[in-house]
Amino acid sequence: MFYISLFYEYLKNYIKTRLTYRSDFWIEVLSDLAFNFMNLFFILVVYMHTDALDGWVRAEVIFIYGYFMVPYSVFNCFFNLYGFGDRYIVKGEMDRVLTRPAHNLFQVMLENMDPPALFGAVAGFAVMVYAWTDLDVALSWYDPLLFLLMVVGSVMIYFGIYVSLTSLSLFSDSPTGILPLIWNIQNYGRYPVSIYNGIIRVVLTWLLPFAFVGFYPAALFLRRGDFITMALLTPVVGLVLMLISIWIWNIGVRRYRGAGS
Amino acid sequence: MISVYIDFIRMRFLTMLAYRVNYYSGIAIYAINIGSAYFIWKAVYGDHALLGGMTSGQVSTYIAISWMARAFYFNNLDQEISREIRDGSVAIQMIRPYQYLAVKMMQGLGEGLFRLLLFSIPGMIIVTLLFPIRLLLDPLTWMAFAVMMVFSFFINSQINILTGLSAFFLENNEGLMRMKRVAIDLFSGLVIPLSFFPGWAEQLLQLLPFQAITYLPGSVFTGNIVGNEIIQAIGVQILWFIALLLPLNVVWRRARKRLFVQGG
Repeated sequence: MFYISLFYEYLKNYIKTRLTYRSDFWIEVLSDLAFNFMNLFFILVVYMHTDALDGWVRAEVIFIYGYFMVPYSVFNCFFNLYGFGDRYIVKGEMDRVLTRPAHNLFQVMLENMDPPALFGAVAGFAVMVYAWTDLDVALSWYDPLLFLLMVVGSVMIYFGIYVSLTSLSLFSDSPTGILPLIWNIQNYGRYPVSIYNGIIRVVLTWLLPFAFVGFYPAALFLRRGDFITMALLTPVVGLVLMLISIWIWNIGVRRYRGAGS
Repeated sequence: MISVYIDFIRMRFLTMLAYRVNYYSGIAIYAINIGSAYFIWKAVYGDHALLGGMTSGQVSTYIAISWMARAFYFNNLDQEISREIRDGSVAIQMIRPYQYLAVKMMQGLGEGLFRLLLFSIPGMIIVTLLFPIRLLLDPLTWMAFAVMMVFSFFINSQINILTGLSAFFLENNEGLMRMKRVAIDLFSGLVIPLSFFPGWAEQLLQLLPFQAITYLPGSVFTGNIVGNEIIQAIGVQILWFIALLLPLNVVWRRARKRLFVQGG
């Protein structure tokens, strides 16, 4: 209950500060979407020259992209800790967070909440619906439930990977440059993994499981039987990664000594 | 006078050198992006031999060289200029005995030269080993490509500076700068070579300066533009370089009149 009211207060605070600069809000939403439109445009152009990518037709690849956008936007809204090392460790804001009674990770997340990112989820869902109407795939009563489960799983995977990597700055305050690297690898997850070679497929499934934030769960709704097991593993992989990341984070916080005087 | 500007190139180069560790991960990032594009294009080609006037080998080469060229011409002059306008330090630079915009350009060049030596060249060697990239051996192609890279840099920097100067007129130009980045990646042909665009889009993009940044030099490098057409392509770049000087001058002149720095 305490955490819910805290969330509510932070949200109110966020809205108040943002309403002062209304036009900035819309510009941010638009420029976020511009990047996604570029990627969708790429898919459209590519399919003007071919009928299928390794057996995947246009609507299927667009559907996968639409799905990819949904968990990614939710993650961006709530767990985007991109500037953590700079702001909290180097500038010492972590000390302030640690003196307060709520869990530190929860506070850090609320302070960096970015609700405009959720427009990406809406856009992604619209893209999925559009692609769906182009495909001859049935919709069952349990699909919406499965969809929620898959999105939660994918979001937990993002959470797990990025919180683990962000924790690294609790152990050492020197910048590692690893986050942008991972961000670029994650983009591999929005295409059918079958187009990549064996090594990359293994990495995307077991090492940095970004195939679970886009392709595998999306394939479930496209009724591609060969990926059902992988798709159903999404929430499991997510839960495991999330628990590991919280564990690493807590160790990091315990070892944290503050950077300055 | 010239030596002042050369010093700016040198200083920026040395500054970058001090923080070179930050750039090693950059090579990996570009290799990751080239890899993702490579696999997608490979799947696109499937059994096709020729698409959009290019073979699959040429597309791989095009993607690789375009990304590595981007490492050279890319800079954050727009963000630097916006920041200096917002914090007011642009005022102090204006009263110094040099041309502010020329100094920015030279700082960008210093950065570009640094990335060319420590990023583009080693990066290109690495991706050539990783992916089936076909390098042409004709020295004339390489010379033409080198000349074209210089103009890529200037045209991209001109667009960057124009975007940065918008901070004089807009309260917040963050969104504009982000849109510009997407526009350059897409319209210059970095993401998709121009010849793959639908006909109307290709014709439209040929009327814009962006193609001169990536598509023209990339096509020379892969051997899709040969002979006299190379000279024509360089001509297009020179034309855009000159044409962009005009808006740059106009905007800069207006901006100086608008300048209003709070506090001190």
